[in-house]
Amino acid sequence: MQEIWVVAETYQGRLAPVTLELVGKARTLASGAGGKVTAVLLGSRVTELASELIACGADTVLVADHPELALYRTLPYARVLTDLIEARHPDVVLFGATSQGRDLAPRLAARLRTGLTADCLDLSFDKDGLLVQTKPSYGDNVMVDIVIPRHRPQMATVRPHVFPAPEKDAGREGRVEVVPVHLEQADLVARVREVIAEVEEASKLEEADVVVAGGRGMGSKENFNLLYQLARALGGVVGATRPPVDEGWIDAAYQIGQSGKTIAPKLYIACGISGAVQHTVGMEKAKVVVAINKDPSAPIFNLATYGIVGDVREVIPALIAALGAHK
Amino acid sequence: MHIVVCIKQVPATLDVRVDPVTHNLIREGTESVINSFDENALEEALRLREKFGGTVSVISMGPPQVREALRKALAMGADAAYLLCDRALGGADTLATAYTLAQGIRRLAPFDLILCGRHAVDADTGQVGPELAERLNLPQVTMVKKLECDGKTIVAWRECEEGTAVWELPLPAVVTVESKINTPRYPSPIGIVRSAKKPLTVWTAKDLDVDEDQIGLKGSPTRVLRLFSPQRTSHVEILPGEPEEAARALVAKLREQKVL
Repeated sequence: MQEIWVVAETYQGRLAPVTLELVGKARTLASGAGGKVTAVLLGSRVTELASELIACGADTVLVADHPELALYRTLPYARVLTDLIEARHPDVVLFGATSQGRDLAPRLAARLRTGLTADCLDLSFDKDGLLVQTKPSYGDNVMVDIVIPRHRPQMATVRPHVFPAPEKDAGREGRVEVVPVHLEQADLVARVREVIAEVEEASKLEEADVVVAGGRGMGSKENFNLLYQLARALGGVVGATRPPVDEGWIDAAYQIGQSGKTIAPKLYIACGISGAVQHTVGMEKAKVVVAINKDPSAPIFNLATYGIVGDVREVIPALIAALGAHK
Repeated sequence: MHIVVCIKQVPATLDVRVDPVTHNLIREGTESVINSFDENALEEALRLREKFGGTVSVISMGPPQVREALRKALAMGADAAYLLCDRALGGADTLATAYTLAQGIRRLAPFDLILCGRHAVDADTGQVGPELAERLNLPQVTMVKKLECDGKTIVAWRECEEGTAVWELPLPAVVTVESKINTPRYPSPIGIVRSAKKPLTVWTAKDLDVDEDQIGLKGSPTRVLRLFSPQRTSHVEILPGEPEEAARALVAKLREQKVL
């Protein structure tokens, strides 16, 4: 039987969206393989979040609640997880590919002397019950399937937004187990002085239902500003590919793609974007994609639901006008 | 202060494809460079040396041609370079690489700080830094965008989901850095001339006192099953006509789909 663990991540007293996505995916994997899903919840005063993990598909939630776990630090988190994994031997342990997961998972993999695959875009079991982990490589130009044949647990970090958020079933039953936390002095050498909250517009990009993004084809900062008018008309947020960031038309915090943010809005409007893979990996989970580009052979059209072949300087104002007319 | 910087040599271009028949990787061009984040790590080390004095050592694992990358690091200002080079080390995944680097770095003791790039741009894992920290039993802080050091402790700014977390750690420690931390210098002409006289030491597996079961392919828990190109199929509906007509048609479609 496959025992699949998800290391839950919380911030400001809430579960990270990627944690719920992973619990949902683990549920699907476990159901196909006759397995069990366990979420491990670390933090301080986090026990009440366990019910949400169960509603999303966890059979068991292990809660490690301790004041020293309030803010993420590598060593205390690694200690708690090492103790749990060595005592209970899960087959698979999954993390979000977040700043926490990318820091913690490799530390733990080295301690447990096991294999880890970074930044996965897909997970499945093969016929022998091995976890096949699909990860991008070479700036997402190549996909690689990786397995960990003999070492346990099989570990992976998974990009946010690649799996859908699961439907919550408030009536689902599961077990909550509070586990003891034993930390050593050596685990506490690092200290988090403060967390500087950046409640910037850019962070709304990842949560937005509508994103209007511009690429090199916007041509100038002045043209790029058309995107803000369109975003306003749609109640959306503006994003960009790398060239507008390099040109200084928009701040790097708004970059979507491999070296920027990964988003999954309901509507994504790509304006003057060619569709290089470095960008599209950050938006390919969008539900409806509209591409506006004067080059009909631009690769972005292959990803799009609807396309308009034309000059962004004409099409965007026309679109703003059409939206106004419908209101 | 003794700072050790880990360097990986990577292809200059990531423009690679998978041959649809042989499933081998087709690389455009053969030029290699220092992984860009590792240049940031080296730059940060050089700045710390300017402040505190001391030595900057650079270390890499790889085939003989990695000497070129190490020579460039020496030209940028590193004092000594070490290449871990042996056929027995080939096929290593991140766990085996981190173990091997740790064995090399132990020979460079005492050291105060290990600096690495946040990840290598080719394999894109970001795992070696934390795995190395574990093997050396040192505290770590990763993806650092700003670093301050007083010689005994470091303060590191790292981005997290809530904003920026400011960590304080005692030295020695392992730090991996973001590109925003600095702009790496170019080697100066005099730096290039001087680098020719700087030591570049090659160590084999035997020199490193390694456990054979933990190096190379044998020491690697992960196996690559297959390589393939990302697949995409097109279902696009092109809305024809003048911009006004196309725009009106688009708004109608989006309303139909209930995304507006």
